[in-house]
Amino acid sequence: MSIEVRIPTILRPQTKGEKLVTGEGETIGELFTDLDSRYTGLRARVVTDEGALHRFVNVYINDEDVRFIGGLEAKLADGDSVTILPAVAGGM
Amino acid sequence: MVAHARADHPDEACGIIAGPEGTGAPERHVPMTNAARSTTFYEFDSEEWKREYDRMWDNDEEVVVAYHSHTHTEAYPSRSDAKIASELGLPGAHYVLVTTKDPETAEVRSFRIADGVITEEPIEVTGAPEAVQSYKFAHTPDSTVYDCH
Repeated sequence: MSIEVRIPTILRPQTKGEKLVTGEGETIGELFTDLDSRYTGLRARVVTDEGALHRFVNVYINDEDVRFIGGLEAKLADGDSVTILPAVAGGM
Repeated sequence: MVAHARADHPDEACGIIAGPEGTGAPERHVPMTNAARSTTFYEFDSEEWKREYDRMWDNDEEVVVAYHSHTHTEAYPSRSDAKIASELGLPGAHYVLVTTKDPETAEVRSFRIADGVITEEPIEVTGAPEAVQSYKFAHTPDSTVYDCH
């Protein structure tokens, strides 16, 4: 099962400059573990030490924000496209 | 950007200007929805951001400018602006701040934010500088550099 993952500019140092990588996993959590085996440090930028998604990162399966479909437990299917984006935010 | 910030006042407004990858040219203004709908916080609406990112991806564009407004404070990045942008932001983007605290005069300033360091940069207005601050000039220049120093 192969999943395409779009990498935002800020995480491309972790993927040797690649903007599109492929990984495997039944869930988003497994996918990040798989990616981290080849792109060391990528997982830590997206997943906290406590094992949750960082507050200011958005991860999508196709067009769905995974926060609304189970977070790291969200299920993947062959051919899904995953996108990681900075959650552009700030405050006074 | 100023018109968007005025329209959304007293909430913070946010958006981007996209341009062809690698050119640094800000060409396509995309006002975004502030999902926080707050006077003190902004966050791109997640679904809308994904749609716009897909469009940029298909067009080989990138975010050249990421802007947001402050409605009660200076046009300067706040602590959380800098923290979030440094942790996971848009490293190639000019972070532009607009303040709408004064109903008559909007202030616009531009910054680079990386590794917790905020660096202000000058803004050059081209095309219609008279629309911005013509009262300052006896003539109408083709471009105006608002230096930050």
